Amino acid sequence: MPLLRVESVSKRFGGLEALKDVSFALYEGQVKALIGPNGAGKTTLFNLISGVDTPSAGHIHFKDHDLGGLTPHQACGLGVGRTFQHSKVFDDMSVLDNVKVGRYGRSGAGLFSAFFTLPRHRREERDITQGSYEALRRVGLTDRAGELAGNLPVGDRHLLEIARSLATEPTVLLLDEPAAGLNNDETDQLAEIVRRIRDEGVTILLVEHDMGFVMNISDEVVVLDYGQRIAEGPPLMIQDDPEVIKAYLGEDL
Amino acid sequence: MTFDQFLQYIFSGITTGSIYALTALGFTLIYNATDIINFAQGEFVMLGGLTAISLYEAGAPLAVACLGAVAIVGVAGIVFQQLAIRPLLKAGILAQIIVTVGASLAIRTAAMIIWGRESRPLPPFTGDTPIKVGEATILPQTLWVLAVTLVIVVALQLFYRRTLTGKAVRACSVNSGAARLMGVSYSWVVLLSFGMSAAISAAGGVMITPVSFMGYGYGAMLGLKGFAAAILGGLGNPAGAVVGGLSLGVLEALTIGALPIEGASGYKDAVAFLILLLILFAKPQGLFGGRAVEKV
Amino acid sequence: MAAVLSFLKRHSAFIGFAVVAMAAPLFTQNIYYLSVLAFMGTRFMIVLGLNLLMGQAGQISLGHAAFAGIGAYGSAILTTRWEVNPWAAMALSALLAATVAGVIGVPTLKLKGHYLAMGTLGFGEIVYILLVQFKWLTNGTDGISGIPSLSLAGIDFGKPQAFHWLVWGVALIMLRISLNLVDSRVGRSLKALHRSEAASMSLGVNTAYRKVQVLMVSAVFASIAGSFYVHYVHFVSPSSYTLTFSVILATTVVIGGLGRVWGAVWGSILMMVLPEFLRQYQDYTNLVFGVMLILIMIFLPGGIVSIGGAADALRRRIGGASGRSGGDAAPEGGS
Repeated sequence: MPLLRVESVSKRFGGLEALKDVSFALYEGQVKALIGPNGAGKTTLFNLISGVDTPSAGHIHFKDHDLGGLTPHQACGLGVGRTFQHSKVFDDMSVLDNVKVGRYGRSGAGLFSAFFTLPRHRREERDITQGSYEALRRVGLTDRAGELAGNLPVGDRHLLEIARSLATEPTVLLLDEPAAGLNNDETDQLAEIVRRIRDEGVTILLVEHDMGFVMNISDEVVVLDYGQRIAEGPPLMIQDDPEVIKAYLGEDL
Repeated sequence: MTFDQFLQYIFSGITTGSIYALTALGFTLIYNATDIINFAQGEFVMLGGLTAISLYEAGAPLAVACLGAVAIVGVAGIVFQQLAIRPLLKAGILAQIIVTVGASLAIRTAAMIIWGRESRPLPPFTGDTPIKVGEATILPQTLWVLAVTLVIVVALQLFYRRTLTGKAVRACSVNSGAARLMGVSYSWVVLLSFGMSAAISAAGGVMITPVSFMGYGYGAMLGLKGFAAAILGGLGNPAGAVVGGLSLGVLEALTIGALPIEGASGYKDAVAFLILLLILFAKPQGLFGGRAVEKV
Repeated sequence: MAAVLSFLKRHSAFIGFAVVAMAAPLFTQNIYYLSVLAFMGTRFMIVLGLNLLMGQAGQISLGHAAFAGIGAYGSAILTTRWEVNPWAAMALSALLAATVAGVIGVPTLKLKGHYLAMGTLGFGEIVYILLVQFKWLTNGTDGISGIPSLSLAGIDFGKPQAFHWLVWGVALIMLRISLNLVDSRVGRSLKALHRSEAASMSLGVNTAYRKVQVLMVSAVFASIAGSFYVHYVHFVSPSSYTLTFSVILATTVVIGGLGRVWGAVWGSILMMVLPEFLRQYQDYTNLVFGVMLILIMIFLPGGIVSIGGAADALRRRIGGASGRSGGDAAPEGGS
């Protein structure tokens, strides 16, 4: 039983068909990459899975839920975490506070509790802090906890987004271009962290342009072009697929 | 309501509606050039009327007084842009709102000091003998308002589509960065937009003064209704602003006519805001779609 | 002992402010000054709530006078017409304000930026017009007089000093709970949704719910303030609840400094003290006021709270530091 099943999903924006009849499955414990030329529909697909948008046709099944029609915060509640292509880190909040927001869904102290610092609020604040440090530890950012998120270099910003998402205790984590702007060392570091997260039990679906990173880290690769799935399989097989090469004409694999 | 009463309401509605249209149009020009919501737009209408009154009372022939007022307020619009708006072009929405509200307050108070608290008239352009249309009557001044509004709208369209300057202005509102790279001077476009915006609104003020007199407080509510009209038509859409203004005027007039209760005219102002809320809740891009809708 | 000292140190600003606020009436017998101080308190309550909405959650309201008006008129009508206990009337009015906020908030808070500003403005204007037009209920522009003073256990809160302590007691409670909110799960979620709704939702925050909730809280604060006000001046009329007042409230929040609860304090003080000074200009008052708004927004876009930061930045620049210093915050006037 796949953890996530994308079933004949299409998405139309007015006259533009961003996704056309896309299907694939994601199994628990996998690291799967979604690649394709720019405009192929990758981020659109992420938006559909994470509840930002609704499919025009088809279904997205996650565990035994249909993700269509859910809002992003509901999707998060079910266990779908995601990061964003242009990092949406809260710049003028500290790294720790950023991650604490991620613990929102795992706590419940409401407005009244907060206003009057009731025991539930105080207890949860302790737990939230603990859980946040734990998430930071998983990406290796604990020593930057007190810094302003806006001051972080780009690699650490990506890690912060990941930590923030990890704090929500996701079952599946969607990473949107986590290696963008990173040099080789940083990319290797990221690959290590992604592997470790997978080993800790999080299933990963990522979008990436850095082919070295993709080949290194993925169990399977799905290739999109013009909104359609043109290939799916292990990285080495994809590398040699003539359709894929055609789509990427001129790009180094 | 008899048909003639209905017609009367329509006439009254398009008269005020034209002023709303010109206010909304002026406001749209500024919004397209700077993304700023100008809360002081109504004051340009007010200043147009009062300046014309002063010029006329100083001895100028009516035509000179009117055209002169439009020109003077046009220049005032440019001054306003330099003093209050230019520092704000990169500030947040709230700062811009507060500054234009502050300016509105300041201008209104200055007008009260200069011209006093009384409303003052201007003579109608071609006499005040009402023209009969069936049992309804229409003032000659109303015809002037409609005609001039039409001329302004057409002239603006020609300006935008046929002249190089006009196209430059349009380019800036669509993509100021690209326009600048092509050599369009953004600051000149902004200057021009403010001048035109103030002049157009002033023209409205000049024309409506013979009908409903002009006082220092006239601009306040007018500005708000101008926004409602602009949003009704689609924020940033000049044609929408005009249609929105006219529709708003007519809807207001019909509401007064249709409500069987005494003192219905007090509710007139509520019409504009109800329409505003309705549009915002149901179709924020307005009837005709404005510029890009604000996204998160 | 050490625990007590550290508690005092952590909350020194609040305690200091509370002491000053409560001690103020001991230094003057002048009824006029006492009234101004008390009204600073009611104004402060509204601004605190608005600060939560605009500063923390990053929304805009140009219609907040309406909620103060609901509290004021609710208390006025219930106590004069139906002789309801003033405290109960205050509670009921606050409930009404919260309900209205909830109902109008759901569609309105889906809007952003200019559209949100205009939506709240439209709402405020409609409430004003209803207050004027529903003469059978509100007496229209004539207003309602004869509103009784508040009293409790024999204490007459119609007396200036007693009223001051009551109002500021409540205001200080509101300040304390607002400060508590900042470092909490809900408080962080508001800050987060201000900075990025998309990111917040992806982290599990139900942003629509939180926005409406904070609007309702700010409406309750405003309503209570409105009720207190009319129980002191014994009169209410629609002219107090106009767009101008809503704009003054929003301006107070911005001038104080968006996003910082203490900004509400400085803003309220400035915006109540300023007109007192401007009164001497009579006709010119509004003119000067308008110009001052412009100047403050141009030169101090971060509000009074940012004066410390601006002074630091200036010092750094004068000191000859090259390049840009880290963490120069953008003006917080944005949506």
